[in-house]
Amino acid sequence: MATGEPSKNSAKMSPDPKLLRRLLRAKDRMDAASHEAWPVRRLARVSGVSEAHFARSFKEAFGAPPHRYLLTRRLERATALLRDTDLPILEIALQTGWNSLGTFGRTFRDVTGESPTELRAREQAARHELERVPACFVSAARRPGLIIAVSEKRRQESDGTKETQEKPELP
Amino acid sequence: MSQGIGVVGLYVRDQDEALEFYVEKLGFRVHTDARNGDYRWLTVQHPDQPSFQLGLFTPQAPMLDAATVQILREVVAKGAMPPLVLVVDDCRAAYDRMRTRGVEFTQAPESRYSSVDASFRDPSGNGWKMIEARRGQ
Repeated sequence: MATGEPSKNSAKMSPDPKLLRRLLRAKDRMDAASHEAWPVRRLARVSGVSEAHFARSFKEAFGAPPHRYLLTRRLERATALLRDTDLPILEIALQTGWNSLGTFGRTFRDVTGESPTELRAREQAARHELERVPACFVSAARRPGLIIAVSEKRRQESDGTKETQEKPELP
Repeated sequence: MSQGIGVVGLYVRDQDEALEFYVEKLGFRVHTDARNGDYRWLTVQHPDQPSFQLGLFTPQAPMLDAATVQILREVVAKGAMPPLVLVVDDCRAAYDRMRTRGVEFTQAPESRYSSVDASFRDPSGNGWKMIEARRGQ
């Protein structure tokens, strides 16, 4: 408990709030710059924990592995830019951390169920009555709820199955 | 004003640390700091808002059992408590001033929706959005 590192097999220990606060700092840093690359090494350094423990501790704290959390933030930002700007989709992909339009479009469709172009057309057709809510909360409320890995989601959709079994993910 | 909300409380991990943060770094004033054994009723006020107190409380026995205390400490440290909004006249100036004093900003000032906003956290993990008041509001 003193080190804040989770134990492996024993009955689940309560996480140390001081560790959680430091993990929150890594999450905040991803939030502030989700377009940047966030390898585990960099995140672990922000939190002051070992790389070996970072990904698992983060997932225990926030319910998703760090790379998947980052993905939801990138998609959230891309969605906001599609809705609120007229930037070309390639530009949005590059601004939100993707290296290619193809990967962006495929991931976006696999997670949200529609293409960036479709989302833009739908969102821009409907005007919202949310001007009185601070913009970041509106945006966060629409963050994709990605509770399984993207690869698993793709597999389930191609199989037509709904297994919840989760494969181990690499951070 | 004689009716309305008088106190809203935050959970903090350490009341001394929270007091230092809200008073020294944010410029609030202490309204009440009363102790009774281990219990401490601590509230602060924004200098421009004398009818409202912000309580800085720790989850603690005997009001709460140990397991609940632990859960609340975790929830606060994960930044999962509800949003807080601080309205300022000049967001960039407040950002510069607060950052110099060591406030942990999670988002630098950004212009959007005809205002400017930034984000910071208190030492416990409570997240604040700092929004520049729009002219005429």
